[in-house]
Amino acid sequence: MMDDTDRKIVNALQGGFPLSPRPFAEAGARLQLDEGELIDRIGRLVSEGDISRFGPLWNAEKMGGAVTLAALAAPPERFDEIAAIVSAKDEVAHNYARDHALNMWFVVATETPARLAAVLDEIRAETGLAVYDCPKLAEYFLELRLVA
Amino acid sequence: MSALDAIDRRIIAATQGGLPLEPTPYRAIAETVGTTEDDVLARLESHLASGAIRRIGVIPNHYALGYQANGMSVWDVDDEAVDEIGRRVGALDFVTHCYRRPRHPPIWRYNLFAMVHDKSRDGVLAKIDEIARIIGRSAFAHDVLFSTRVLKKTGLRIGGV
Repeated sequence: MMDDTDRKIVNALQGGFPLSPRPFAEAGARLQLDEGELIDRIGRLVSEGDISRFGPLWNAEKMGGAVTLAALAAPPERFDEIAAIVSAKDEVAHNYARDHALNMWFVVATETPARLAAVLDEIRAETGLAVYDCPKLAEYFLELRLVA
Repeated sequence: MSALDAIDRRIIAATQGGLPLEPTPYRAIAETVGTTEDDVLARLESHLASGAIRRIGVIPNHYALGYQANGMSVWDVDDEAVDEIGRRVGALDFVTHCYRRPRHPPIWRYNLFAMVHDKSRDGVLAKIDEIARIIGRSAFAHDVLFSTRVLKKTGLRIGGV
């Protein structure tokens, strides 16, 4: 269970972690925590799954990579089989079942646009299903902030 | 953005699962990738400035924080109005991602996606009503797709690793 100090850490550190030789000491000072306690608490938040990880959030597209959101309509009796094919691809980062005729939505991230097209083709070939590619054409959001 | 070199790729590989949780994490990364701490810091500064790193810190787990409900709201918006509408919807504090994406008629008519997180399904629906009021008559139709199961969730794996 997270306590008030953990919540303070999650709320204050969703960005802006210092780029300096002793960043935990510097960030801790702002939260009135010493370096060792901040490190221990972050380690516990990660190991208990309260946070996914602690570090840089890399943006694949800005590094020459390619990312897309794709969807398919899996027949209900084949859903688990299709999910296994899609999720087995290393390039599939997230895969969600959703309540729509297009019932499986997944994010594919690759090093190159050509590889992205190839992964979608592999999924089409291995599932025998149409895969609808929905790459972002424009992005309209500020910054993700979740209050713990 | 300039191409990544071998050191950048090794830094990505060494950090995409998280920073080392020790007093001098950047020095630890420098030792792992074979460069100096100053070089690691300079490269991370530059990637942050270019947007190759969105931010550095806590990457939350929505589910653990109690945001169990996530609804992908999707809207069929007049192409002439979609950028203006997208900016207004994307500025709402409960919308975590907002994108224009291509339609695939007839199965998929929607061109604006706004991801809404909340602690309950009813909370998500109330927020989507708020978006509907903002969009008004520029949307011809909308829908919300709740996630019924997480089938896979890993961090993006990039950078030649």
